[in-house]
Amino acid sequence: MTAAAPMPASVKKPQDVQKEDAMWLQKELINRNYRELAEARATGRKVSATFVPGNLNELLMCFDFARSLPETNALQNGMRKKSGKFIMDAERDGQSEDVCTYVKADLGMMLGGETGPTGEALPRPDVLLLSYTGCFTFMKWFELIRHKYGCETVMLHVPYQGEGKIAPNMREYVVKQLKDNVIPTLERISGVKFDIDRLRQYMRESQKAEEDLVAVLQSAKHRPSPIDGYFGAVYYIGPIFTAFRGTPEASEYYRVLRGEIEERVRQGKGPVTPDGEMGEEKYRLIVEGPPNWTSFRDFWKMFYEEGAVVVSSTYAKVGGLYDFGFRHDPDHPLESLADYCLGCYTNLNLPSRVDMICRYIDEYQADGLLINSIKSCNSFSAGQLLILREVERRTGKPAAFIETDLVDPRYFSAANVKNRLESYFQMIKQKRTAGADREAPRTIPIAASH
Amino acid sequence: MSTIPQAVAIVQRCEALFEDLTFDSVKRWKAAAPGRKAIGYMPVYVPRELVHAAGMLPVGILGGGDQLEVIQGDAYYQSYICRIPRSTIELGLTGRLDCLDGMLFPSICDVIRNLSGMWQLLFKDKYVRYFDVPQNYEDEIGGKYYVHELEILRDDLGRLRGSPVTDAELNASIRVYNDNRAAIRELYAYRAQKPWQAPTSEVYLLLRAGMVLPPEEHTTVVRDYLAAVESLPRPKRDNARVVVNGTFCEQPPLALIKSIEMSGCYVVDDDFMLVTRWLLDDVPADGHPLEELSRAFLHRSASTAAKYDARREDKGQFLLKQVKTRGAEGVVFAAPSFCDPALLERPMLQDVLAKAGVPYTAFKYAENTGQMAPIREQAGTFADSIKLWSAT
Repeated sequence: MTAAAPMPASVKKPQDVQKEDAMWLQKELINRNYRELAEARATGRKVSATFVPGNLNELLMCFDFARSLPETNALQNGMRKKSGKFIMDAERDGQSEDVCTYVKADLGMMLGGETGPTGEALPRPDVLLLSYTGCFTFMKWFELIRHKYGCETVMLHVPYQGEGKIAPNMREYVVKQLKDNVIPTLERISGVKFDIDRLRQYMRESQKAEEDLVAVLQSAKHRPSPIDGYFGAVYYIGPIFTAFRGTPEASEYYRVLRGEIEERVRQGKGPVTPDGEMGEEKYRLIVEGPPNWTSFRDFWKMFYEEGAVVVSSTYAKVGGLYDFGFRHDPDHPLESLADYCLGCYTNLNLPSRVDMICRYIDEYQADGLLINSIKSCNSFSAGQLLILREVERRTGKPAAFIETDLVDPRYFSAANVKNRLESYFQMIKQKRTAGADREAPRTIPIAASH
Repeated sequence: MSTIPQAVAIVQRCEALFEDLTFDSVKRWKAAAPGRKAIGYMPVYVPRELVHAAGMLPVGILGGGDQLEVIQGDAYYQSYICRIPRSTIELGLTGRLDCLDGMLFPSICDVIRNLSGMWQLLFKDKYVRYFDVPQNYEDEIGGKYYVHELEILRDDLGRLRGSPVTDAELNASIRVYNDNRAAIRELYAYRAQKPWQAPTSEVYLLLRAGMVLPPEEHTTVVRDYLAAVESLPRPKRDNARVVVNGTFCEQPPLALIKSIEMSGCYVVDDDFMLVTRWLLDDVPADGHPLEELSRAFLHRSASTAAKYDARREDKGQFLLKQVKTRGAEGVVFAAPSFCDPALLERPMLQDVLAKAGVPYTAFKYAENTGQMAPIREQAGTFADSIKLWSAT
């Protein structure tokens, strides 16, 4: 069984605080997954690939797949400074400079052979589970891989919440696809018969992890926030958004993490950053949009050096929206998988996204909204300037807008971003000292970051 | 006193409709009878039969072209997002679309999808719907879902007009659009046969007229053109026959289409305004209308980048068929800048063409592209190369 392998012992880093232990554990999980993928051919396991939003990890585990997530591969390559070359390789191979750099980083990596971000083998997938959730580009991405490498592809079309709700028809459509297309295809490719009780068992584990994840993310309602809900949260969401949701190891990780965070709350501590404990919490922000990965630490540093903590972010909901009550439900497993896919953040319409951000600003007592607009990602980015206006209008809180990219180092201009952030923090400060809550909010104009 | 040939007069009328960014023809149509309503729709496909059956005018909204100065619309979009949403927002914010009682945003890409939400936020008094279509083509799965989506649209439109849309009305509208699709097929067949007689700059304007005229009137316009254009003395040139691909959403400027032709290419097929020929043959008009529309969509519809190819071997086959059946000698990929569907699809299509020995060239444009010289040079070089190869 995929998930039954014991978790490797965590290697303790000297003099680390508890938070660092959880982060270390998280890295172990991610690295373990890459090892499983590297050994898949030798161990006779089939390899699946699927996307983070709408990823059906519990279902894939029912068929013993080793599980690859192309977006994670791309961001890992981005953080390891490998993505720039891969993107240019893909462009030389015919991809346009205009399109998503996750796609190009992945295609570029595959052009170089079957080697993954960690340097270990990363076999070409035996099946591409095309969860068409919240992103049109996903469809083209897997069509491109299928076209070049002949990987079998199974489509799971997840309708968009155009009216801001999940209608019964939408759920039935997804469930029907799962029953009639996805599960039979996964059975055939893996040679493993589907066992719904096995799925239920994984979902019970998912519930536990989801409950603890929500507690961790909502801990940021405290002052000071014990976590960073964006830069820190990308580590917290790693296991549950990828190949570990539904495993006992993930449940354990989130149990430990929650305990550590609750202890930080008791001690009145702020987030841990790459440079250690963060200083005084001066600004509490909500962030919309994915992070930049190629300069992730430099980007984060621009916040914590100024005493800015992100108390909540929409990106931390991209692979599952749990903080408004959704949990995987073992009593209705397929319907629950459908609701999970339908409910991912980028599958929400713009009015719902605005509502959600306004709610975060209120519940997390945030000073304002920062939008990190990503060149690659139209699913997030198209409409963000209207989101910004609407949030300002409704909350009276100032908003700012910066532009970067996911994994293309050519589109991260540190000086521009830093300058824009400093102006934004200054504006929040002035607004406070002037008691300017009665004034109309001002918008920081778009940064020309490239 | 000289008289204008009928075909030229028809094209002039279509061009006037195309250039009218205030949609006066729509306003006139609405004013002609009390209570009339108009529903806008964006590319690629919506079932216009439902709008028509509700007694409303379907109006194709294809951005602002190269004549609209976009001022407010640019404030809503980053520089790396294509042009059509910003000019469409501009049309809306400047009141040019006030004549529309609703807007449909089809499933085509993330930008148009998100535009539906922007419309919901910006134009709260209008009917707005994101119109989803299935990427699963089995009757019992995607079909069932799609029929339900059609029922929702039908019910919404019925509520908008104040009475339900009946099956009889729907079947009557299916017949009207069957006739319109037949006329467009005749137009495309004629152009493929005699591209010098029906140049694409004219065919394009005829299609654009179909975005604002009632379908019955548009069908007549197309057939009148076909009847009249045959008698015009137009010289046949030794041009290369090409298919244009990638223009299914944001439109190229008319000057760009003319430039391709002037550079020595006859366009013998394209993907302009696919809504006019998305359904490839007649939809039965004597059964359950929504199920028939669903079956036509699932099993007998065109292919484009926004539509999933269920099998690897299906990729590019629609384009290849266009090339073969129209006797084309090459393909011109013309994609809007930052158009994810067209630009991500293109390498796969190019690979299919390369394996089939079909030459191609590729460039990008925006709806307000002004400099045509580079495109003319590229298309001209492509046409020359085809002629040189075919001579050997």
